[in-house]
Parts: sequence; C-alpha cells; structure tokens
Amino acid sequence: MTAQGTIAPAPQILKLALLAVGGQGGGVLTGWIEAMARANGYVAQATSVAGVAQRTGATLYYLEMCPAGPRLPVFSLMPAAGDVDVMIAAEMMEAGRSIIRGFVTPDRTTLIASTHRALSVSEKMVPGDGIADSDEVMAAAEVAARRFIAADFEAVAAGAGSVISATLFGALAASGTLPFPREAYEAAIRSGGKGVEASLRAFAAGYQAALEGTVDGSASPPKPVSRAPRVPGRLAADWAALCARVERLPAEVTAMARSGLAKVVDFQDVAYGRTYLDRIEALLALDHTPFDFTREAAKYVANAMAYDDVIRVADLKTRSARYDRIRIEMGVAPGTVLHLTEFMHPRAEEIAGLLPARLGARVQASPVWMARLDRWFNRGRRLRSDSLTAFAMLYALGSLRRLRRGTLRHAQEVAHLDRWLDAARATLAQDRALAIEVIRTRRLIKGYSDTHARGQSKFDRVMEGIDLLKGRDDAADWARRLREAALQDEAGQALNGAMATVRTFV
Amino acid sequence: MAERSFKAEVADLRKGAGETFTGEGILAITKALLENGVGYVGGYQGAPISHLMDVLADAQDLLAELGVRFEANANEAAAAAMLAASVHYPIRGAVTFKGPVGVNVASDALANLSSSGVTGGALVILGEDYGEGSSIMQERSHAFAMKSQFWLLDPRPNLPSIVKAVGDGFALSEASNSPVMMMMRIRSCHVTGQFACRDNRKPTLSVRDALSNPRSDFARVVLPPMSYVHEQDKIKNRWPAAEKFILDNQLNEMFGTGGRIGIVCQGGMYNGVIRSLQRLGLADIYGETMVPIYCLNVTYPLISSEFLKFCEGKSDVLVVEEGQPDFIETALAAMLYRTGSTVKLHGKGAFPMAGEYTGTVMLDGVTAFLRAAAPDMLPALVRAPNQDRPAIPDLTKTVPIRPPGFCTGCPERPIFAAMKLVEKDLGKHQIAADIGCHLFGALPPFEIGGATMGFGLGPAANGAFDGGGERRPIAILGDGGFWHNGLSSSITNMVFNKSDGVVMVVDNYYSAATGGQDVMSSRADNPTKATQHSIADAVRGVGVKWVRQIDHTYDVGKMRAVLTEALTTNEPGPKVIIASSECMLNKQRREKPQRTAAIKAGRRIEAPRFGVDEAICTGDHACIRLSGCPSLSLKRLDDPLRDDPVAAIDQTCVGCGNCGEVADAAILCPSFYRADVVHNPGRFEAWWAARRTGVIGWLQARRAARRIELQA
Repeated sequence: MTAQGTIAPAPQILKLALLAVGGQGGGVLTGWIEAMARANGYVAQATSVAGVAQRTGATLYYLEMCPAGPRLPVFSLMPAAGDVDVMIAAEMMEAGRSIIRGFVTPDRTTLIASTHRALSVSEKMVPGDGIADSDEVMAAAEVAARRFIAADFEAVAAGAGSVISATLFGALAASGTLPFPREAYEAAIRSGGKGVEASLRAFAAGYQAALEGTVDGSASPPKPVSRAPRVPGRLAADWAALCARVERLPAEVTAMARSGLAKVVDFQDVAYGRTYLDRIEALLALDHTPFDFTREAAKYVANAMAYDDVIRVADLKTRSARYDRIRIEMGVAPGTVLHLTEFMHPRAEEIAGLLPARLGARVQASPVWMARLDRWFNRGRRLRSDSLTAFAMLYALGSLRRLRRGTLRHAQEVAHLDRWLDAARATLAQDRALAIEVIRTRRLIKGYSDTHARGQSKFDRVMEGIDLLKGRDDAADWARRLREAALQDEAGQALNGAMATVRTFV
Repeated sequence: MAERSFKAEVADLRKGAGETFTGEGILAITKALLENGVGYVGGYQGAPISHLMDVLADAQDLLAELGVRFEANANEAAAAAMLAASVHYPIRGAVTFKGPVGVNVASDALANLSSSGVTGGALVILGEDYGEGSSIMQERSHAFAMKSQFWLLDPRPNLPSIVKAVGDGFALSEASNSPVMMMMRIRSCHVTGQFACRDNRKPTLSVRDALSNPRSDFARVVLPPMSYVHEQDKIKNRWPAAEKFILDNQLNEMFGTGGRIGIVCQGGMYNGVIRSLQRLGLADIYGETMVPIYCLNVTYPLISSEFLKFCEGKSDVLVVEEGQPDFIETALAAMLYRTGSTVKLHGKGAFPMAGEYTGTVMLDGVTAFLRAAAPDMLPALVRAPNQDRPAIPDLTKTVPIRPPGFCTGCPERPIFAAMKLVEKDLGKHQIAADIGCHLFGALPPFEIGGATMGFGLGPAANGAFDGGGERRPIAILGDGGFWHNGLSSSITNMVFNKSDGVVMVVDNYYSAATGGQDVMSSRADNPTKATQHSIADAVRGVGVKWVRQIDHTYDVGKMRAVLTEALTTNEPGPKVIIASSECMLNKQRREKPQRTAAIKAGRRIEAPRFGVDEAICTGDHACIRLSGCPSLSLKRLDDPLRDDPVAAIDQTCVGCGNCGEVADAAILCPSFYRADVVHNPGRFEAWWAARRTGVIGWLQARRAARRIELQA
C-alpha cells in the first residue's frame, strides 16, 4: 500500500449505541447483544461508562461488531456523531439527547426509542408544569433518523412482567438492522440465565410492539374527559335539574361547567351546585362569544369553591373508591391484608378554620388561643385508616361537611372568591383578555399550610401587577407572563424578576 | 460485600495456556497480574477501577493458593506505600486506584518510592477518570510521572495489548529499578474482548518468605546524602535503562510505512485515530493505514531516537495527545528543535487543548491536520462537502439535563431534606461538601454545599471558619471519606483547633459511591476484613465531646431536631452528628431475595410502598423539592379542571418512608399514604381485617347513598 493507493474494501463495522437512565438494565442489554454477535460468527466489542453516572444519571453504552476474519479489527471505544447504525434510547428525552449528540443521522441511523418518560429532577421540581415536550423530540426524530421505531417499551415490559432491556432487545430484533435471526436473540436471552421466561415474554412483546410501530399517546398528556358522578336515586331529580341548567349554557362553556358542577357537588351538596351555577350564569351575563371568559371562570370558580380543607381531606380519605383504587395499585392479592397509614399534620390554623366563623375569627385573632391549639393539635399524626378508630375519626371529620358553610374557613374562602371575581368583573368591561387572565391567576392558589400561604402571596402579587398593567394594550400578555413566572420556582424569584420588569415600564 | 459479585468471573482467572479469556478489561488485567507472578496486590476503589478491587476481593481463595497477599488499603497513599515491599525484595507488587485524585493522595508515597527505587517490579494500575462519565476535576496524572521519574504506560485499548502491557510494565520496572504506572481510561477499563491465556505463576519469592528473611539497606532510605544519590541515579542509570528496555523490546509500535506525513499518538488514542482514518478512507478496519502511526504505549519517558527516526523523511507530523497541558507535544517539539529538524509538528491547534478526544473531535482534528499537511489525501466529499442535509431541529432547550442523583429510597435523601428544612428555619449556612454519593446533595433539589476539596477533607475545608461566628459552619463527610482521610485530616484538625463547627457524617455502611465495598464501620461480617468499628467511638477517641448518633436517617423530624441542636447548643468544640442507615441499593440487593423467599415459604411479611391521593395533591411539587426520589414522579390528570401535573409514586418505591416523613416534618400536605401489604397474615389477623373492612364498607356505602360522588 502506498500513500497514493487505496484501502482494499473490507467488511464494514456495525455500530450500536444505547442511551439509558441508570438502573434501566443497559448493561444487560449490551451483554445480550454482544453474546449474540459472538455466538453468530462475529467479533464484537462493548464499552460503557460506569461509575456514578449509573446512579440515576444518563448512561451511554456502545457496541461494535463485524464478521470474524483472519485478523482482529480495530474497534472504537465510543460512538461518533454521524457514525452510528443503530441508536437505542431507553427513554424519550434520552432519544432527544442522542439526537443532540449527533448519533442519529438521516443517512444511516435506525432509532429505536421508548416513548415513556422518566422525568428528571429539573422537570419535577417546578411548582407548575415543567415537563419537557415529548412531541418536539418525536418531530425531530422523524427528521433525524433514517428509520424511527417508537413505542412505550417500558409499559410493554411491565405488561409482560419484565424490564425494558428485554422489550428493547425485541425491538432491535424486529428492526432487522442486525444480520441475526430472531432465534439468535432468544438464544442470547437463554444463555444469560436470569429470569429467562419473563425476559422472553417481554422480548416477544417488544418485538410485536416495534413491528406495529405503535406510538401511543403516553408521550403526550391524556385527553381531558368529563367524568360523570355516581348519583343515588333520591338525588336524581335534583342532579338532572342542575344538568339541565348546564345544558342551557353556551356550547363553549358546557363541557367545563359540567366538570365544575360535578366537582363542587362532590365537594359539598346539590345546593352548592346551584350556587356554582348562579355564579357562572351571572358572569355569563357580562360575557359574549366566544365565551372564553365564562369558560375559564367555570373552571377556576369550581376549583376555588372546592377548596382543600380538613373536611375535604377526611372525606376523600374515607371513600370506598379510594380503597378500591389503592388495592389495585398496590396489587393486594386475596389472602393478603392491607394496612394504610395516613400522614396528617394539623396546625392551629386548620383547627380554627373548622370553628364557627365568628368564634373562629376570635380564636385566630388571639395569639394565646392559637398557641394553645398548636400545643394541643400541632404534631405529625400517623393514622391507620384501615383501623376502626382512625377510620371513624376521619369519617366523623368528613361528616362535618354539613356544617361547612358555617365555618371560618368557608367565610374566608367566600370572601376571597368574591374579591377575585369582583376584580375580574371590574376588568371585563375595559379589557376582556386581561379579565380572563385575572380568572386564570387563581391557578396559583394551591397546596396546604405554608405552600398555600406562598400561593396566596404569589396570587396577591400577580393581581397587584395586573393592577399596574391596566390600560395597556399588552396587559393580558404581561399578566400571563407574570403567572407563568410565578409557577417557575418556589421562592418566586422569577416572579420578582418579572414584576421588576413590569415596574420599569408602567 | 461489593455491589457487583465477580464470583462467576473469578473462575476465568484460573484458565491456563491454550484457553481463551472473554470479558472486561479490568478482569483481563487481574488475569495478567497472576500470569506475571505478582506477589502482592492492593489498592483503593474508585471509578473506573472499582471492579478491579472487587474482582481481587472475590478472588481471595485463588490468591491464597498462589501465595499472593491482597490488601484492601485504607486509601491510595496506603496502597502506594505498600509498594515499599518491592524496594528491597524481588517481589512483584501491583496496586490500583483512580487518577488523578488517587495519585494526588498517593503522591507522597510514590515520590518516596521513586526516589528509593525498586528491586521487584512495582506496578500502579491507574484508572484515569477523564472525559464523559468522570466524576472528578479534569486533570492528567501524566505530570506525576514526570516529576518523580516513574514510567507511564498507556497501552492500546484492546485486551491483548492491555495484558501484554502488564508483563512489560513489571519487566520495565525491574530493568530500570523504577516504579511503573499503567494508565487505563474509563472505557478501556470496561472494554470487552478476548485474549489467549497463559498459566498463572506463583511469585518467586512470597511476602511470607520475605518476612522470614528481612532485608534493609540504608542506601535506599530517602535521607541526605542518599537522596542526592537517588536523584543522580534516576538520571544517569534508571532513565537510560528504561529507554534501552523500551527500545529493545519495542514497547512502542509503528504502523504503516512511507509517506511524508505521520501521526504520533498515545496508545489509548490509537483506536480513535484509526477510526477517523477509516472514515476518511485512509485505513481499513484492521488498522492498515496509509498514514504511518507511531504509537506510544509508553508515554513517559519519550524515546528521542525512536521519534526522530519516525520523523525522517516526513514534512508534517501530528501529535494526538488527549488532555492538557500538552506535555508530550512540547517534549517532542523540543527534540525536533534540538536536532534542527524542519519537520512541522501539529497537535493542539488541529485538536482542542482541553477536553476529551471524542469521535467527532478526533475526526475533526485529523481532518484539519490533513487539510493543512496533505490535502490531496482527503476524499472529495470532505474537501467539498454536500450541504443538502435536512436541518435537524435543535432540542438543546427541550431536553433536560440528567445528572446522577440519589437512588430510590436512599437514606441520604432525608438527611438533606432535614438540612434544607433547618436552613429554612435558621437561614443559609456555610456548608462544605465532601466526596461520595452525598455530594449529589449539592445538586437540585437540595443544593446543599458549595465546594468540595477532596476525599475526607470536608470538615478541613471549613478550617478558616473554625474560629466561629454568628452561625456555625457545617461540613459533610461520608463514612468512606471518614476512614480514608477524614478522621485524621478533618476531625483531629477540628479538635486541635477548637473548632465550633458541625460535622454531618453520612454513614451508609459501605463505600457506596464506588460500588458498595466494605469499610471499617460496615455492619456486615467480612471473612477477611475487620468491620463494625464505630465511627462515634473513633471521634470520641480523638477528643470530640459532642457526638450524636442517629440510627434511622429517615426520621426527618429527629434529623432536623438534632441538627438544630448542633447549630444552637452552647457546648464548645466540634459537634459531630453520625447519621446512619444502610445504602438502599445494597439493602435491597440483600433483602429482596430473602423477602421473596420468605413470602414463598409462607412467612408473614409486610411489604411497604407509598402512594399519593391524586385528588388531594394540588400539584405544587413541594414534596419533590424535598426529595428528588426517582420513584416520586409526576402524572398528568385527565381532569379538565386541573392545570398542573400531580405527584405520583411508581412501583419502584421501596417504602423507605421519606415521603411521609417530609410531608409531616415540613407540614406539606396530607396526600401521602403508606400501604403495607401483609403477606401470609395470621388466621386471626385475616379474620379481624375482614371484619374491619366489613364495617368500613358499610359506613362508606351509607354515605355514598346520600350524596353525589365523583368516581375516583
């Protein structure tokens, strides 16, 4: 060979990369592929990056193989951008990461991705909705990959009683990208020796899922549906009357109002449902097509009316549907017994909120009484809600529902609701879009105790910002930005920043 | 017991001549040590060479048969110091640790060893933790070899080459009376492959026999005037002897012939260089190359004559040297300059000075070199690339980062949750972190700890604040770090200097981050090591008066109370809290099979798991900001009234209790519940549970009949 000569054609090296989250069994999958290649007349090499990356972090495995020849080929130890034949991503954002790193290219890469999400801490800790958009990754994968095979291989694996490494191995077999028959894959699983039957089942299921290329909806949020409540006979007429009122609302509003109505009736009673519809109809009278103001109000008024008090928590904790759900989720088999422990931590505020409004207000105004209540009640309580005493206690708390309208907490909630709706009404005449944002600001109020207080204060500050913005053309847009900022972090730093910006121009 | 068992692989270590070994690089090295008659082995675990320690630990029967002593050293300094056995005795010894941090720790012993010189072959197997997957600062161990005059091997990353390098290393060490360090990069430690075995060899002199015939020679002691003699000996005798051995045995390799250009690369870079040449059509998959390569399997010392001969007749030579600074390139450039050569040396420039030489960097670097030195060799496509590729959407803003974090059910999580809560009560504190899993506490959602100064040095890193102030400094120290260096460098430093600071010792029963090796305070019985030495006794023993032992870290309320006490007490002197609970990864590995067997055998077992009532969860995620547990995630609801996803716990939950404890201690919300499924309940228990369920069901039906209820 000379410098001017050429290199004789030789067999090509097949290159596979695997991007997984620590704990997904990437090592097992790599081992199977490698063993299969060696058993079928190939030389193969695998590398991985072990170490702390395997503690829940993103982890990369890499394999090269080619037909065995007279000499050993020189394999590379890491994948290179633009030089990968098969990219397996064991999670949707890892598929995105493999695209970012250039391992998926239109000229040659088959991308096999599981569409499920294992959320990263940065997505989960956001007080609002910080979940990354899988659709963007799907769209990019369609462009970047020569072939794109996607399915929820995690769910398929769970269905087969195994783990994702086996379903992805099945998908790899189905892709036909490696020159080995299906039997070779199954033989590799068998020679692995551990959990062979479950792995083979999952392998077959993964194989099938990949052939169907089913990209189900699990990557995108579930479609909202209105759920119908269960109505006992004696209340059927009352309920029908309420439903009839909902049906008379404009079509744009009915779906939301139906959900809202069910929620508030579930929270309290039929009369409460009437109050809800009274409020919605009163707002509707000020609205016009496309009735988005009323629709948003139907949503947030229901949420505001179904506030999270002790009674509601006790009520929800003691329902039979809950016990059924837990039995299914925990896989409670016949012959086993379920123990349930609830973690409650009441404070003086919650106790005072339960008192009749005037008494409660006096107690809340008295530091001595609040300290006393704290001494009596403020500690963590573990309630064994499968035991009769704890259940009876929660059940009794839940039955205070009938007295709820007289409690201090109810009075406070109604006052807050009225102030908020007054503000929305006052804005509606001048700036409909801004009024809708006023309604939506209610989203910030959520949680219990300190979290609730923090939500209240963020709500107040956004409302304050909205006041400053009134009269501007872009007021609604800025109100939305304020709300989104408030949902970005716990301490409200993003909101502080947004408020500071607003102050520079108003 | 280590996280991964190598019992099955250890059988491979018994293979003899005529058999083929298939497996990981780390295992191949172990086999090579035995084939080369090693007399003692040791080291300190750390990625990427943890498995080497695990293999050795699992192979103790075999080692004993061969008369090989295995020592799980207290730290890298102890490991390097152990090589002293090769100073006077003709015994081959090998130790392993990670670099460059391990070499930092070991450098005192290595410098002394290098000065004294060795009789038996002394080999350091170094796992260079650099590039993707690394958990430490990005530096090179190369400089240590240069300063102490020991030799550095960097073999090509395939099993036959690695195995050969072990034998070469011992022989080189003996030929030049100098220790040798064999550098393995992260991927080459875990690379798989095959090699032809040779028989294992017993050491010619065992350490036991050496003890029976002790030797000493004051000429080997590092004291003046011998130390001056040692320096002269290194330069006048050992170095030339090493050069001669390297040349005579052709430890460095040449590939390809002729041509005006050439590439000099570290052995570890060879495969990457060949791959980029393959992609440019200048090499085939077997490494036949049109660009000659001078492959440095020995990266220190560099052999001037060999390099200059390679350069003869060439106009341009590329140096492929990963990391910074460019020690090799600078040295090669000096060689060329001194001989008045006109060869143009390329290297950093075509390649970036800093960072790993990934496939892309390698291809770009080699292409840049060829473009400058021999553009005619480049394929047409590279010279004038087609630009009609579809634009791939940019996902960098969409895809979240995924750094490593605490495992599901980790006992360290509640410690950091408690610390976060204490900071909410008492304000932000000066917190020094240390090395270990607990360093994940520095990441979101906890963000506890500002800097880390090295293994076992957390409390020492707060030394400047020992004088005290308005708030006390806090330092974190793991059990691994405590025994590695922490007790002496950190705790005694605090006691002696009358520190007012607080130390949180995170005790998870193992050297957990490196794979669950036993340490002094491990609770398990270990047949060959002494365990169960109390950390509390140790700190009391060096004079700490205020010591609190917490035996269940998941009790967040207690953790918070004790930490608050430590930060507010009037007691003078250091305050040491020892927070102990077993590493969940290891605990599950130990208990899960036992639990499954017990359930099968019909014994009564309670299996705990946590859940979230989605109707009660409001989607603020405050619980996640005090957890970050992989099993505590989010779920989008199909309820049109709800905007934000709610918390949800998946099936991987191990029921550690952190969720409930945090919800209680931080007064978050009542959404969490713990469900204990009792397998094989007693007869009375089952009967009573059925009665209770009956009564509860009757009450539920009674209420449901009187109202309209959503179906959850």
